[in-house]
Amino acid sequence: MGASSMRRIVLAALAFAALGARAGTLVVNANTSDPAPRAAWEAAVQHFQREHPEVEVRLNVYDHESYKKAIRNWLTAAPPDVVFWFAGNRMRQFVAPGLLAEVSELYTPEVRAQLHPSALGLIGVGGRQYGVPYTYYPVGLYYRRDLVAAPRTWSELLAACERLAAQGLEPIAIGTRELWPAAAWFDYINLRLNGYAFHMRLMDGRVPYTDERVRAVFAHWRELLERRCFSRNHASSTWQESQALLYQGKSAMMLIGHYIVPQMPEAAKAQMDFTAFPAIRAGAGRAEEAPMNTLHIPARARNKEDARKFLAFVLRADVQQALNQAMLQIPVNLQARPADERFVRLGRTHLAQAEHLSQYFDRDTTEDLAQVAMKGFQEFMLHPQRLDGILQTIEQSRQRIYGR
Amino acid sequence: MLLAPAGLLFCLFVLYPLAANLWLSLHHWDGAGPRTWAGLENYRRLFADPVFFIAAGNNLRWLAGYALAPVVGLALAVLLNQALYGMRLVRSLFFMPFVVSQVVVGLVFAWFFHTRFGLLNELLAQVGLPPVALLDSERGAIFALILASLWPQTAYCMILYLTGLATLRPDLVEAARMDGASGWRLFRHAVLPQLRPVHFIVGMVCVVAALRSFDYVVIMTAGGPFSSSTVLAYYMYEQTFVAARYGYGAAIATVLLALMSALVGALLWRLLKNEAR
Repeated sequence: MGASSMRRIVLAALAFAALGARAGTLVVNANTSDPAPRAAWEAAVQHFQREHPEVEVRLNVYDHESYKKAIRNWLTAAPPDVVFWFAGNRMRQFVAPGLLAEVSELYTPEVRAQLHPSALGLIGVGGRQYGVPYTYYPVGLYYRRDLVAAPRTWSELLAACERLAAQGLEPIAIGTRELWPAAAWFDYINLRLNGYAFHMRLMDGRVPYTDERVRAVFAHWRELLERRCFSRNHASSTWQESQALLYQGKSAMMLIGHYIVPQMPEAAKAQMDFTAFPAIRAGAGRAEEAPMNTLHIPARARNKEDARKFLAFVLRADVQQALNQAMLQIPVNLQARPADERFVRLGRTHLAQAEHLSQYFDRDTTEDLAQVAMKGFQEFMLHPQRLDGILQTIEQSRQRIYGR
Repeated sequence: MLLAPAGLLFCLFVLYPLAANLWLSLHHWDGAGPRTWAGLENYRRLFADPVFFIAAGNNLRWLAGYALAPVVGLALAVLLNQALYGMRLVRSLFFMPFVVSQVVVGLVFAWFFHTRFGLLNELLAQVGLPPVALLDSERGAIFALILASLWPQTAYCMILYLTGLATLRPDLVEAARMDGASGWRLFRHAVLPQLRPVHFIVGMVCVVAALRSFDYVVIMTAGGPFSSSTVLAYYMYEQTFVAARYGYGAAIATVLLALMSALVGALLWRLLKNEAR
C-alpha cells in the first residue's frame, strides 16, 4: 500500500469520525447511579431513540458525589449537551453566571397546565425557564401505626414523645453523621412557625440568623431535645443505620425523604405509615419539602437542538409516567399516573395539597452556608446550651457570603 | 541535558500545580461564577477561623500519637527478627494491616468503635464496664481516628526496621558481645546507632502521614461531631468541594504545605548536621 493511499484512508476515517460526532450525538451526563433510576433512564433513552433514530444519545452515569464535584468543571470548560441537576437555588446559582441555556419556549400553555403549580417558579428566574423537572418526592414523617398515632399538632408530637420515652423507646429515629438529616427539623419547624415566605428569605440570606424568629425555631427544637425525643448517639450514625431502630420497633417516627420506602423490609412495611409534619402556628400555611430533580442544557453545549428535543420529551406525561413508575417516585407532570403503590399514593396526595414546595435546606441556601449551619444544627442537638455561639457563627458566615 | 525530562515533569506536575494553588488562594471563587481578586483576605479569614485551629490541633495530636508507631514498630521488629521456623509467615501477618487498603481499615474500626453495635462495647460489656461513645464525642472521635490509623502505621515502621536490622554489621555486634555487652546495653549501644538512617526514614514517613491524614477522617467521622475531629487535609477538601469555597480551600492547602515543609525541613536539617559530624 502506498503512502498516499494510506493517507487517504486516514483522512477519510478522520472525516467520518468528525461527521459521526457532529450529526446528532447527544451527550447526557446523569447522576442516576442507583439501580432503579438508572434502569428507568436507560429505558427512557431507548424510547427517545426509537422516536428520533437520527440522534445518537450517549448517557454517562456518575455517582451523586462525584457528579456534584464535576458539574462545575463541565459547565465552565467542556459541557455535555444535557446535565441532570436540582431545581430552585441550586439551579439559579448556575443561571446567574450564565452557565445554563434558557428553554422557556418549551413551556407552551399546554405544558404549563400539566405541571405542578410550584414547578414553574422552581425552574425559573424572572419568568424565564432554564430546565425541565422530571420527578420530586416528599420529605415527611414516616411512623409506625402500632406505636403512635399521626401527630397533627406540635403538642400532640410532644405528648407522643413523652409517652414513648416513658416506655423506654427512642421516639424519633435520626442519624446526623452526614449532617443533613438534622436540617429537615430546622426547615419544618421554621416553615410551620414562620411560614414559607420567611423561610425563603432566610434561605436567600436576607434575614440574620440571630433574628428572634430563628431563635423561636430553636426554642421549639429544644422542647423535643428536653423530652429525649431523638435517637441517642445520632452523631455517629448515618440515616441508613438509624432507620433500623424504626423497623425493630425501638423508635416510632422518622423525618426523612421518600427514598426510605424501597429500604423498608416487608415485615415492617405493613406497620409503616406517612404523614405531614405537624402544624405549629395556625396561619403559617402549608408548605412541604419536596426536592425536585431536573435536566438542563449547558449554555456552551454543542448540540442544543437535539438537547431541546430531549428536554421536551422528558416533559411529556407518558415519559414522566414511565420514568416515575420505574423509580417509584412522583411525576411533576400531573397528568402522568404514578405507580400504584401505597406510599407513592400517599406522597402524591400530600404534595398536591401543598401551597408551596421548599427544596430542603442544603439545596435552598448556598453550599457554603449550608455546611456551616448544618454543623451548627448537629452541635445544637448535642449541646443546646451553646445556641448563642452557634447562631453567631452561622450569622458571621451569612454576612460573609451575602454581604449585609 | 539528562535531567531535562525529569525537570520538565517536575515543573509540569509539581511546580505548576503549586503555583496555581497559590494563585487561586488569592481569589474568591465558587467554582462556577467569575473569580475575583481577594488579596490576603482568605488567609486573614483562615487565621480567624476557629475550625482551622481545631484542624491544626488535631494534626498535632495525630503527630504526637504517631510517636508511638516507631517505638512499637521497632519492638516488634526486634521480636520478629529471629530465625525460627515459620517466622516469615508471622512477619507477613504482622505486616498485613499495612497491605490492606486504608479505607478497609477505616471501615473495620468504624464498626469496632460503633456506639450501638460495635465490638468494643460488646467487649466492655463482657467485662462489666459501661459502654463508651467515642465516635459521638467531641473529645473522643479524634482519638478513635488516631488509634485506627496507628495500626497500619506501626506495621509500616516495623517493616522498615526489619529491613534495617537485616543490614546490621554482625562484626560490630560480635565485638560488643566480646566486650561483655548484652541485653539492653547491647541493643542501646551496638544496634540502635546503626539504625540511624532508618530512624530518619521512619520519622519522615510518620510526620508526612500524620499531616496528610485524610482517609480515616472521611471513612470514620467525616470530621464530626460538627468539626471536632477534622484535620487540615479534610477541612481543605470540605471547604473546596462541599462548601464550594475554592480560594479558601487553596489557602488551607498552602498553609498545610508550609507546615509540612517546615517539619520535613527540620528533620532533614538534623540529618545533615549529624552526617557532617
